Amino acid sequence: MNLDGFSRLAGLVLLIVSLSPSYLAAQQKPDNCVGCHTALGDERLAEPAKHFAEDIHAAKGFGCVSCHGGDASDAEMSAMSPAKGYIGKPKGTKIVEVCGRCHSNASFMRQYNPALRVDQVTEYYSSVHGRRLKESGDPKVAICSSCHRTHSIRPPSDPRSSVHPLKVADLCGSCHAEAKIMAQYKIPTDQLEKYKKSVHWTLLSVKGDLSSPTCNDCHGNHGATPPGISWVGNVCGQCHVVNAELFEKSRHAKVFVQMGMPGCASCHDNHQIFETSDEMLGLGEQAVCIRCHSAEDRGGKSAAAMRTMIDSLRKEYDKAHSILLKAEHSGMEVSQAQFELNEAKTALVKARAAIHAFSVVVVKKEVDPGLQISAKAYTRGLKALEELGFRRRWLVVSMAIILALVGAIVVKIRRMERKEQ
Amino acid sequence: MAQWSMGGIVDRRRFLNWFLGTTAGAFLFTVFYPISRYLVPPKVQESTSRTVTLALKPADVKSNTGQIFRFGSQPAILVRTPAGELKAFTAVCTHLACIVQYRNDLNHIWCACHNGHFDLNGQNISGPPPRPLEQYVVNVRGDQIVVSKGA
Amino acid sequence: MMFRNGDRKIEEIWLWLDERVGLTEIFKLVKKKDVPVHIHTVWYYLGGMTLFLFVIQVTTGILLLLYYRPSAEEAYESIQFLMTEVEYGWLVRSIHSWAANLMVFTLFVHLFSVLLLKAYRRPREVTWLSGMGLLGLALTFGFTGYLLPWNELAYFATRVGTEIPGAVPLVGSFLRRLLRGGDDVTGATLTRFYGIHVAILPALTTLFLGLHLFLVQKHGMSVPPDVERQSKEKKVMPFFPNFLLRDLVGWLTALAILAALAAFIPAELGKKADPFQPAPVGIKPEWYFMFMFQTLKYLPSYILGIEGEILGVLGFGLGGLFLALIPFLDRRAARGETSRLFTWIVIAIIAYMVVLTYLGYTVSPTK
Repeated sequence: MNLDGFSRLAGLVLLIVSLSPSYLAAQQKPDNCVGCHTALGDERLAEPAKHFAEDIHAAKGFGCVSCHGGDASDAEMSAMSPAKGYIGKPKGTKIVEVCGRCHSNASFMRQYNPALRVDQVTEYYSSVHGRRLKESGDPKVAICSSCHRTHSIRPPSDPRSSVHPLKVADLCGSCHAEAKIMAQYKIPTDQLEKYKKSVHWTLLSVKGDLSSPTCNDCHGNHGATPPGISWVGNVCGQCHVVNAELFEKSRHAKVFVQMGMPGCASCHDNHQIFETSDEMLGLGEQAVCIRCHSAEDRGGKSAAAMRTMIDSLRKEYDKAHSILLKAEHSGMEVSQAQFELNEAKTALVKARAAIHAFSVVVVKKEVDPGLQISAKAYTRGLKALEELGFRRRWLVVSMAIILALVGAIVVKIRRMERKEQ
Repeated sequence: MAQWSMGGIVDRRRFLNWFLGTTAGAFLFTVFYPISRYLVPPKVQESTSRTVTLALKPADVKSNTGQIFRFGSQPAILVRTPAGELKAFTAVCTHLACIVQYRNDLNHIWCACHNGHFDLNGQNISGPPPRPLEQYVVNVRGDQIVVSKGA
Repeated sequence: MMFRNGDRKIEEIWLWLDERVGLTEIFKLVKKKDVPVHIHTVWYYLGGMTLFLFVIQVTTGILLLLYYRPSAEEAYESIQFLMTEVEYGWLVRSIHSWAANLMVFTLFVHLFSVLLLKAYRRPREVTWLSGMGLLGLALTFGFTGYLLPWNELAYFATRVGTEIPGAVPLVGSFLRRLLRGGDDVTGATLTRFYGIHVAILPALTTLFLGLHLFLVQKHGMSVPPDVERQSKEKKVMPFFPNFLLRDLVGWLTALAILAALAAFIPAELGKKADPFQPAPVGIKPEWYFMFMFQTLKYLPSYILGIEGEILGVLGFGLGGLFLALIPFLDRRAARGETSRLFTWIVIAIIAYMVVLTYLGYTVSPTK
C-alpha cells in the first residue's frame, strides 16, 4: 500500500485524536474490558474490574481505556494491542504521565470540576518523592497510585477514600514508619508513632474535627517536603495565627533561626505535639524553657516571672469562681458577678497566647486586667455571703419582738392565775 | 403591798395590756409584712435561665452591629445583620471559652483570643473553634427584645 | 357578759355572729374543756405543737406554690429564682424546710410520750390508729417534698429511697413503678411527687387529722395510769384561756426558733440534679429515715437464702404493724394497770432509733 502524504497526515491526526483525553473519554460503549476480566475467573484480573465500579472516574464516564488505552469495543485479545494505544500496567513515571495527561490539563478538568487544582504533577516533581523518581528512577518512592490507589479512587472528602484526612497518617506511615523500607534513606521512622500521641491526632480521630492537621497539612500534598527550619512558624501559623504573629516579633524568632532551631517545634516538637499546659512555662521540671535557660540568666528569670503571673491569674480566677458558686448554691443572686468574671477567663486565655512574645511586659498587659476582674468578682462573692449574714441581723429584731410577746403572755398568765386563786 | 395604791395596780395592768397589745401588733406585722412583700411579683418576672428580656429597643439596634448582653450568668451576643435581621448567639467561643465580638469590618463574629471566625449562622468558618456557636431565638414583643433558648 | 364596758362594738359583732353561727354554743364547749394538771402535763403540749408546725407548713407551702414549677427542666431554676429574686422568698423556703424537720421531731416526741404514758389505752385505740396514719402521712410528706427542688442530693436520695420498696416480695417492682411514675427517677417522678405532696396527702391529712382532733375533743386528755391511781385530788386547768395561752407561748417560741434557724442555717440549694452523673459519695436520706437506712446497711446480703434487704423491709413493716397494734396487745394498760413490759419495749425502740441515727451520721459512708 502506498501511503501518500494525505493518508499519512490523516493517520497522524487519527493517532493524535485517539490519544486525546476527550476521545478516550468517549470510548465507553461497549465496555468489553470489564466483561472479559470479570468472566475470566482469575482473581488478579477480576479485581480491578470489580473495584472500578466504585471509582470516581467511572462515575464521571471514564473507562479502562482512558488510562490503559486499547479498544473497549473489541471483545478479543486484540483489544489490548499497542497499535490501539494499549500501554498495559504503567509503572513509575509512566503513571505520573498517565494521571497528569488529564489532571494537568486545565481546559479538560474544568469540564468536570472547575475548582480542582491542575498543578499536582508540577508540585510532585518538586517533592522529595518526585525528584528521586526523576533522578534515580527509585521504584520505592511514592507515586500517584501509592496514595490514591488505582481502581477505587475517590475524592479526599469521601470517608472511604484512601486519602481521607483520617487515613492520611497511616497511609504515609505505611512506608515512613517501616524501618526496613526507610533504612536506605536514613530517615527516622518514629513520626507516625509520635504523631498518634499528639493533640492534633486526638482532635482528628477522637473528636472528629477534620480541620485538625495531618501529614499533608504541614508537609504538603503532592509537593511533600519536610518544612525548612525557617518556615516551620509559617506552617504552624496557618492555623495558630495569633501565636505565630507574636512569636515572629519576639526575640526568640531571630535567635532560633541563627541557632538552626526549628521555630515552634523547638518547644512544641514537630510530630509529638501535646496539649499545652502551664507546666511548660517557667523553670519547673516539665518546663521547656529549662532546655536553654536557667534561673541565673535573664531569659530564665523572665520565664519564671511569666509563669508566676499566669499561675496567680489562674488562682485568683478559681478563687472568685468558687466563692461565687458557693454564694449561688446558698441562694444568693450573683449572676451579674459571674457574667463579669467570664472576662477574666478570656484574659487568662489571652495571657497564655501572649507567652509567645516572650516578654514579661506583654504577658502582664493581659494578666493585670484579669486579676482586677477576678478580685472584683471575689469581693462581690464575699459581699453576697455577707448579705446572708445581714439577714441574720434583721431576724434578730423579729426574734426580739416574738420573745417580747412571749414574755408579755407569760406575765399575763401569771397575773390571770394569781387572780383566780 | 402597802406601797401599791389602787391606781398603781390599774396602771400596771393597763401597761401590761398595752404592752401585750403592742407586741402582738408588732408580731403580726413581722409575720404579714414579709408575706405581703412575697406575694408581689418581683421586677424580674421569670428566671433568666431560659429567657431574657433586654433593656434595648429594637429600633436602637443598628444594622451591622453586635453587642454583648447577659443571659443568666453567661455572656451572649445580639447581632443585627447587614440584611437587617436580629440574631442572638452564645458569646462563649467554642474553642477556649473567650468572649467573642462582632466585627463590622468583617460583617461577622470574631474571637480575639486565637482568631476564630463565625459566620452569621453561628457556623465556625475559620480558626481553631471546633463547633458552631449555639443560636438563640430572638423575638420582638412590642418595644422589647426577648431572647430565649430554643426548645 | 364577758366583755368589759368599753367593748360595746365587739359585743355587737359577737351577737350578730352568734345568731347565725351559734358562737355561744361553741364557746360553751370550749369552756367546758379541762386539762388535767400533774407531773406529766408538759407532754400534753406536743400534739398542739405538731399541729401548729403543720399549719406553718401549709401556709408556707401555699406561698411556695405561687412560684414553684414542678418540672425537671424548671424546678431547680424556679427555686433559685424564688431564693434570689422574690422578696423574702429565702425566708419562706427556709422556714418551710426547717418546720418540716421540727414537725417530724415533735411528732416523734408526741408519739413516744403517748406510748410511754399509755395514752393509747381504751377507749383511745382509734385515736391511736388515726395518729399512726398521721405519722405515715407526715413521713410521706417529708419524702415527697424533699425531691421537689430537684437538686443533686434529693435526686439521688430519692433514687435510693424508692429502690427500697422495690425489695418487697411480689408487689415490690410494681410499687416502685407506681412511686416513680416509671422505671427510673425522672421528671415524671417529680410531677407525681408534687401531686402527692400538694393534693393527695393534704386531702388524706384533713380526713385523718379531723378524726384525730374530734376524738381528742371527745375523750379529753388521757391521764397516765399511775397518776390516775393516786388518791390525791385531781387538779385541772381550763383549756381556754389558760392552757391555750401556754400553748401560744410554746408556739411563739417555736416560731422564734424557726426564724433563728432560717437566718443562721438557711436552706441550701446545692447543684441541679443530673441523672447522668454518678452519685456523689455519702448520699443520705433525711434524718428521720436514717435509722432504717443504716439498719439496711448492716444487714448481711443473704439470711437463710432470702435477700437481707427484703427481710429488712419486711422487718420494718412488721415493726410498724406492731406499733399500730400496741393498744390491742397491751392488756395490762387496757385494764389500767402498770405495764412495765411495754414501757421497756418502747424505751428499747427509742434507743435503737437514736443509736442507729447516730451511727448513720458518724460511720464513714465508704464502709
